[in-house]
Amino acid sequence: MATGSNEAELSGIQFFGKMSASISHEIKNVLAVINENAGLLEDICFMADRGKPIDTPRLKKIAGDVKDQVRRADRIVTAMSRFAHSPDELCTTTDLCELTALLGLLAMRFAAIRGVAIQTLAPSAPVLVTTFPFWLLNMLWICLDCAMTAAGPGKTIEMVAEKTTEGGLLRFRKLEPANAASVACIALDRLSALPRMLNATIAADSTKTELVVWLPHGPPAE
Amino acid sequence: MTEKVLIVDDDKALLNIMSERMRNRGMEVTTTASPVEALQIVETEAFDAIILDLMMPEMGGIEAFQRIKERNPELQIIFLTGHPSVSTGVDAMKLGAVDFIPKPVDLNELTEKIKQAKVSRAILVEKQEQARLKKALIDKSR
Repeated sequence: MATGSNEAELSGIQFFGKMSASISHEIKNVLAVINENAGLLEDICFMADRGKPIDTPRLKKIAGDVKDQVRRADRIVTAMSRFAHSPDELCTTTDLCELTALLGLLAMRFAAIRGVAIQTLAPSAPVLVTTFPFWLLNMLWICLDCAMTAAGPGKTIEMVAEKTTEGGLLRFRKLEPANAASVACIALDRLSALPRMLNATIAADSTKTELVVWLPHGPPAE
Repeated sequence: MTEKVLIVDDDKALLNIMSERMRNRGMEVTTTASPVEALQIVETEAFDAIILDLMMPEMGGIEAFQRIKERNPELQIIFLTGHPSVSTGVDAMKLGAVDFIPKPVDLNELTEKIKQAKVSRAILVEKQEQARLKKALIDKSR
């Protein structure tokens, strides 16, 4: 995954590690609940062997709870798989809306820990950009991470992708009023070589409540 | 005597099922998904052991641990975590946690730890009582 930039490569490795650790934590939580349900079934069998009648509705509830956890695990693993495949093609045409939705899933636990909700609002048509999808995800994660530290009173960050004449953009909305400019500065400082590598522009919008990432349609310079 | 336990974890599905199984084993269990609420609960109720998840919204497990210990040093806290890292466990033990149990939990192992915590707490409370009595006698003899 050569990018020609040590800073970007280091950032990418850190990003991959952070997301992988978070996903493994989430899977551990699901396994813990499934494990407790299996344990409860063992407890019920143990009591039944000693004459306690089996409570069928309770068994149905356990089956339902296990299915819920399997669905939860499936969502986590599907996101993990999409994330793991994001560096497969170094540079490709990708839908910014899909990438943003994936980012929302990956960031869910980080947001919950901070008491922030993330909403992803997508337009009806895809917003296609030719870019490095993994590095773009990395850059958007850093922007979202910075935006979450400055979430406004509703403690919700909205991510909205839009088509532009030059390509596409992503807005991180509902920041604390007047904080967007400082969030942009912090993000740019943390992003280091990534915006240059992706030909991206990052700035606060005129209302000062949004951080905006502009992306060209064409491929970034390699 | 039954063990009185407080479980603090933001995963409500886990809280419900763990508490049910622990109650089936004769324990008296209180649960909360909020570490902030846990701080309020321990102000008014005594527990033999507190099972505390390491990563939670509102307040991390380490911070909750420190705040509980500040006010109730005798409370015995067992960390629970989905973070499979030895270093995190070592950090928790250095702070004075009774133990560190990775998820998924082995309930038999956890039950043993809770029983040990109950004994440790009883010894600590006894020592505190003896120290209080000794101080009262010294004060009286002056």
